Amino acid sequence: MIDISTLLTNGVAAAVGPSTIFFALLAIGLNIQFGYAGLLNFGQIGFALVGAYGMGIAVVHFGLPLWSGVLVGLVAGVVLALLLGIPTLRLRADYLAIVTIAAAEILRLITRSTSMTNFSGGTQGLTGYGQAFRQPSPFDNGRFYDFFGVRFLGQDLWSVCVGWSVVGLSLILVFLLVRSPWGRVLKAIREDEDAARAVGKNVFVYKMQALVLGGVFGAVGGIIFALTTQSLTPDFYSPPQTFFAYAALIIGGAARVFGPVIGSMIFWFVLSITDNFLRQATAGSNPLISFIDNQDVGAIRFILVGVGLALLMVFRPQGIFGKRSEVLLDAR
Amino acid sequence: MRAEQRVIDVPAQPGAAKPDPVLVIDSVTRSFGGLRAVDVEHLEFQRGWITGLIGPNGAGKTTLFNLITGFDRPSTGQWTFNGMPLSRLAPHQVARRGVVRTFQLTKALAKLTVLDNMRLAAPRQTGERFFGALLSSWGRQEQAITEKAMELLTRFRLDAKAGDLAGCLSGGQRKLLEMARALMMDPTVVMLDEPMAGVNPALTESLLQHVKSLREDGMTVVFVEHDMDVIRDISDWVVVMAQGRVIAEGRPGTLSSNKAVVDAYLGAHHDQALEFDAEGNPVGSTAKLAAEIHSELEVAIERGKGLSA
Repeated sequence: MIDISTLLTNGVAAAVGPSTIFFALLAIGLNIQFGYAGLLNFGQIGFALVGAYGMGIAVVHFGLPLWSGVLVGLVAGVVLALLLGIPTLRLRADYLAIVTIAAAEILRLITRSTSMTNFSGGTQGLTGYGQAFRQPSPFDNGRFYDFFGVRFLGQDLWSVCVGWSVVGLSLILVFLLVRSPWGRVLKAIREDEDAARAVGKNVFVYKMQALVLGGVFGAVGGIIFALTTQSLTPDFYSPPQTFFAYAALIIGGAARVFGPVIGSMIFWFVLSITDNFLRQATAGSNPLISFIDNQDVGAIRFILVGVGLALLMVFRPQGIFGKRSEVLLDAR
Repeated sequence: MRAEQRVIDVPAQPGAAKPDPVLVIDSVTRSFGGLRAVDVEHLEFQRGWITGLIGPNGAGKTTLFNLITGFDRPSTGQWTFNGMPLSRLAPHQVARRGVVRTFQLTKALAKLTVLDNMRLAAPRQTGERFFGALLSSWGRQEQAITEKAMELLTRFRLDAKAGDLAGCLSGGQRKLLEMARALMMDPTVVMLDEPMAGVNPALTESLLQHVKSLREDGMTVVFVEHDMDVIRDISDWVVVMAQGRVIAEGRPGTLSSNKAVVDAYLGAHHDQALEFDAEGNPVGSTAKLAAEIHSELEVAIERGKGLSA
């Protein structure tokens, strides 16, 4: 009745697919900000938006080549981080949280407003910026490639390959940074800002660097995903996306280099499995589970993921990779 | 012993000039609403001495510390360090210039190892800059810093704990760690905020010895304490604060007989016998005292009103 092999292959495809890559990159940024520096950025999706739209608008409206469009997207991420950080990073941590979530919503509403239709595409979205991305692809765009039952369309396979390379490079960068004295100062600031000041560290500058770096990872995620989908719609960049990235970070373990990536893989694997299971179990004339309507599956899988997260927090609060001894210190 | 020799030449009065002051404070005030927490006209700290800053709770000692080290902004006034103005600098700038503080509630970084706590404090690390961390080879500098950190940890008997998270240390060990961490910066002036608070008595003696050893290394030590007995043995000079003002200065032995100091700690009427009539009402001088206290209370309440307005 339940087709286990379809569940698994779909799950694996989700765990290595474009969504996982997107949320892994967002979570890598959040890991720098929240995991290492203790900054609460609740508007990471806004950084993805300015990255993606920065690139899209630069290519579509200003006729720039794709590579310089990508550069524009990255610079947009830096600028957004500076704009949000300068007024808030001298204040208590909650101010950054409020400002970032508000800014992300403002950005989404501006991009989708009808007055911007000629520029950002409004609710109709933006396309036609990414053809150059698929030109160097060695794969046949229209063909399906099969890996032990996990199937990818050629054009998606290229995106996934590029995406994972970018994730890999990002992890190397994070690894080099957090094992350096720079990373040590970040952790010190997370623990106690005043202690860091008392030993001569310019806390504001470090927080700003962390915010900018994390924001750039967000922008990179937005760019990669936009190149995969080849179209931009403003409502994709809604606030819950930031919290999915936080969920991925916490599942994997904050302040661990691989935490956000593993967390993102698990998040999408579990989401895909529960989704497929419930759909199969509620489909047909004589469903296995009769009290759930097939229409409700999309919402119910998130409930299950929420329950799973709650259980994780109870039994393994440090996440998959976290150090239990560090979490226990908080309880003292 | 030269230090003690010079102590005798300094007159024991508030704001006394010292032969070689390292920190000089001039007309510094700090008000919180209507409350003047610090109001110091002139105060000098002698180089190479251990100066104890004492006073009852709420005397403004910690606020003065916060002002000097940049953690708080004064309402008025300025101060200099080695002749250079130090006011208006941010905390990290003050620390880099050589005035390093510790905190009353110890700020050991719990989720960093003891060794990382130490290495963090080393100044001028190339690996601490964003691009320096990626592009330069900071390994050799890190090695030198680690050696220095281990030396200091050995001196403070924390070397066995180097690999542990600082959150696992006892209260006294955290105080030691904070002191050792301050030394990583090769400070000129070490400012210790209640180094003895919350430390078990067995460790107090060893902590005092460590404070003394800072002076032997040529550092100037200023520390806050509210327990007079603790500081008698180790300080060269004692500054007494009460209600934001410096009310007395002098050698530690001479202050216990100073009337202003005794009054500040015990109240002006502490040695007066109280007299009551058969119904329990105060009589004679006790009645006068009761009336005084009553009116003082009224004044205080009125001020309190002014505070919230």
